[in-house]
Amino acid sequence: MINPPASFRWLRRVVLLVLAVFTLTPVAVMLSSSLKPLRDVQGPWRWIPSELTFRPYIDIWKTVPLAKYFTNSLIVAGSATALSVLIALLAGYAVSRYRFRGKKIFTITVLSTQMFPGILFLLPLFLIFVNIGNSTGIALYGSRGGLILTYLTFSLPFSIWMLAGYLDSIPRDLDEAAAVDGCGPIRTLVQIIVPAALPGIIAVAVYAFMTAWGEVLFASVMTNDQTRTLAVGLQGYATQTDVYWNQVMAASLVVSLPVVAGFLLLQRYLVAGLTAGAVK
Amino acid sequence: MRTHRISAALALTAAIVLTASACGGGDSGGGSNSSPKTLTYWASNQGSSLENDKQVLEPELKKFEQQTGIKVNLEVIPWSDLLNRILAATASGQGPDVLNIGNTWSASLQATGALLPFDQATFDKIGGKDRFLESAIASAGAKGKDPAAVPLYSMAYGLYYNKKLFQAAGIANPPATWEELVQDGKKLTSGDKYGIAIEGGNVSENVHNVFTLGMQHGTGFFDASGKPTFDSPEAVAAVKQYVDFIANDKIAAPGNAEYAANQSVTDFATGKAAMLMWQSAGANLKSHGMNPDDYGVVPVPAPAGATGDKATTSMVAGINMAVFKNTKNLDGALNFVKFMTSDEEQKTLNGTYGSLPSVKAAQSDAAFSTPELQTLAGVLQKSAAPLPQVPTESQFETLIGTAVKNLLASAAAGKPVTEATVKDELSKAQQQMPAS
Amino acid sequence: MSEKVIDRQTVGKEAAPKGAAPARRRLRDKFGRSALPYLLLLPALLAELLIHLVPMVTGIVMAFKQLTQFFIRDWGSAPWSGFDNFKVALEFDAPVGKALLHSFWVTCGFTVLSVGLSWLIGVTASIFTQDAFRGRGLLRAAFMLPYALPVFAAVITWSFMFQRDTGLINHVLHDQLHLTSDKPFWLIGDNSFWALLTVSVWKSWPFAFLTLTAGLQNIPRELYEAAALDGAGVWQQIRRITLPSLRPVNLVLVLVLFLWTFNDFNTPFVLFGKSAPQAADLISIHIYQSSFITWNFGQGSAMSVLLLLFLLLVTAVYLFATNRRRGEAE
Repeated sequence: MINPPASFRWLRRVVLLVLAVFTLTPVAVMLSSSLKPLRDVQGPWRWIPSELTFRPYIDIWKTVPLAKYFTNSLIVAGSATALSVLIALLAGYAVSRYRFRGKKIFTITVLSTQMFPGILFLLPLFLIFVNIGNSTGIALYGSRGGLILTYLTFSLPFSIWMLAGYLDSIPRDLDEAAAVDGCGPIRTLVQIIVPAALPGIIAVAVYAFMTAWGEVLFASVMTNDQTRTLAVGLQGYATQTDVYWNQVMAASLVVSLPVVAGFLLLQRYLVAGLTAGAVK
Repeated sequence: MRTHRISAALALTAAIVLTASACGGGDSGGGSNSSPKTLTYWASNQGSSLENDKQVLEPELKKFEQQTGIKVNLEVIPWSDLLNRILAATASGQGPDVLNIGNTWSASLQATGALLPFDQATFDKIGGKDRFLESAIASAGAKGKDPAAVPLYSMAYGLYYNKKLFQAAGIANPPATWEELVQDGKKLTSGDKYGIAIEGGNVSENVHNVFTLGMQHGTGFFDASGKPTFDSPEAVAAVKQYVDFIANDKIAAPGNAEYAANQSVTDFATGKAAMLMWQSAGANLKSHGMNPDDYGVVPVPAPAGATGDKATTSMVAGINMAVFKNTKNLDGALNFVKFMTSDEEQKTLNGTYGSLPSVKAAQSDAAFSTPELQTLAGVLQKSAAPLPQVPTESQFETLIGTAVKNLLASAAAGKPVTEATVKDELSKAQQQMPAS
Repeated sequence: MSEKVIDRQTVGKEAAPKGAAPARRRLRDKFGRSALPYLLLLPALLAELLIHLVPMVTGIVMAFKQLTQFFIRDWGSAPWSGFDNFKVALEFDAPVGKALLHSFWVTCGFTVLSVGLSWLIGVTASIFTQDAFRGRGLLRAAFMLPYALPVFAAVITWSFMFQRDTGLINHVLHDQLHLTSDKPFWLIGDNSFWALLTVSVWKSWPFAFLTLTAGLQNIPRELYEAAALDGAGVWQQIRRITLPSLRPVNLVLVLVLFLWTFNDFNTPFVLFGKSAPQAADLISIHIYQSSFITWNFGQGSAMSVLLLLFLLLVTAVYLFATNRRRGEAE
């Protein structure tokens, strides 16, 4: 914005403040609850713990194998993201920059896969994995590989679509200039398009990561003791006898820290500068 | 041209699907002994955490390995995942060798044909059918069929009451009939203290309690031919009686209607409620810091002078152990079941988990002589009935449990709950039952 | 800028074949050109086929079968049931159909509100954080937090806050602000709809924010400068430059949010457990109950197929409408 008036600046402050409160309240609840003894979190709400304790932060590692789940989640979500972004980038580039027969069918088919409720193809997919395992010996069921493959596909349709959208918003002058300079399509993609579309790629990567990071239903059926992910594993704090609210929240905070740190790092690339330079 | 290509693609996918579905599931009829040295065991979460379960079970599995040379790979599965995992295993034929199931699932799982039926010969291999409690065996499959599982851990509902609060209210004895319970409850209710706590947001708890009440009123929610009779006058009376704790008697806090994370146990342990109907709550209450001397346990009330089914005071609660039909180590699996249901293991495991042994011989052990467990053991032997052992049991649980939850929610919101509203809700539930 | 603008057709036809042997070169070029997009699409296509399409077709086949617990062990033996499953689902006078229809309307209302609010908040926040100010980085990171927390953790925290007797929400509304005469229920009864909506918006607006922030990066500052020189105020700049520039991103974003929210399973499942209150009975949970809890997969599939048809229709209309508008704009 150029020359925003004072009224705009005030409105901005108020709105952003309200949004920050809305966003952070649950996080504050987590923080406060994670420092309380169990009887506090089972009683009426209070901001300040009756007795400040760090026990939940110690107990979380004993109640469930949190470290193992966390590693699994990082591997699964990380690999799914990398693969998904790569595949989506290639496909998005094709959709955005080429005219070819079947393009409409492709985009519509891919998009329509997002409409089928996941609960329904859970069982068929499971069966297919088992059958692939039986006939080829490639263990997909229960393995991280199967889950990676599943998750990367979950985020793929939108990733393709969003990337195609971002690529559309990058002026074609750029790749056309590259073509004049003698760049092939792949070099153009890597050297020109990727840097220009970086904010979009990051947005898509974050989307892909979070899709894999939070998925509950498929993970609950497709994993076992060794490959269980956080999204499912955290449910272990709600046991037969008790819900360990304080431990749930402590564990959530602990496992979210690296992710938030990653976001902070990525932010730099989200912010203007890179693209602005390229377009000018 | 374009349509041609699409139909070709469709044909291809259809072909893949057909192959996929054709070889899905358990084509192979029964188990084999092709891998006799290992077993996979899916255990349910019984202890205070998954890790706690592992710590309890691992030493026992070691013992089994020493005796037989069979290594048992243990996986403890949280309740939130267990049924889905079993379902996936059933559909694919790829499952564990031995597994724990909630005993109320027995008939439903039995209908799938995925579990090994325990016929006479099979029972003989694990030491005979007579070793087990009759009521526990009755909750292991449909009547007249070979059980699909054997009982492993048993539990029953009892009425827990807070001695101090009863004393303070001038009540000498715990209630034996519902009239007494409501009367006592009213005396015990004042301010933010209530007579009884119920887990109204928990579908299973709701169903267990109204089932007991239903039996007392003379209905098992299904007729003799297995057809649902959810909105019979008896069922309506039973459900209304339960909902009335909040609606008319006002002896339970309205907030109970949303309890689904065992808050009612917390309320009882912290003295916010004076009574609680629960199965084997002892260990749980202890973890909340309640002294065993502070509470007493009696059977859940029944109508005065009732006999037979009408004297039912609890459903048969518990965990069963089943053998997956597709097992590759049939003998080992049965051996393992025999081991886990042996008197020795029954004492150890049930003692640790605070549940009751499912075999008669282990009942007399000192570990189960606390007043709480003796009361519950008595209930299990004399006045417990299994939930309907019909293939549609899981539908019944979901639909009735949800109906009760909805009724409690409207009662808590201050809406009137009458026989008509209860009947209406139950009719809706009944109509959603599959016609079979 | 204009110097680099080259007529697209020139590039397509003439720019590449510069050297000798034009005929052969043109042939290879033509092949390369026609095959390349397909090669680029191949990995995506394979993944989609395996994970989505084949299971999806299986699912559709299931809808025509009487696939109850008696048959899941051996699907092939399940009898065909024709359109019976669909008939049951579509009989809106009978309880099953009625419940499904109710659930459908709840889901529609919920989705429209959730997507609308998420987009509105997202676009507001992204515009307000477009200019640099002190603490912007921190604020942006804070806004991303709901996205970084595992869904289970975030939603269980909300359910903790929404508890009637011991939750934060009622503590603030009732005990501190005295806005309500009695403590309302949030997790059961009619309010559960608003509870679900709150959690859903809280969870999805950061995604809108992220996407739109990325979209804003492609708007050259010169445009704003030029507009300011023309005397456009801040609101006019937003209306005339920001919002139109975001259109391609919005197009995807709104559809993404729509489908995502419509099919969301995790949020209601964690918030309410396996039986959602009527007021918040989203279709995904409803279908889950109709297939997994009651083990009638044929019935659940039929409902899913109906849902799929509906979503296809909505998407088609949406794409058609936006395409036409886009066509007019060009």
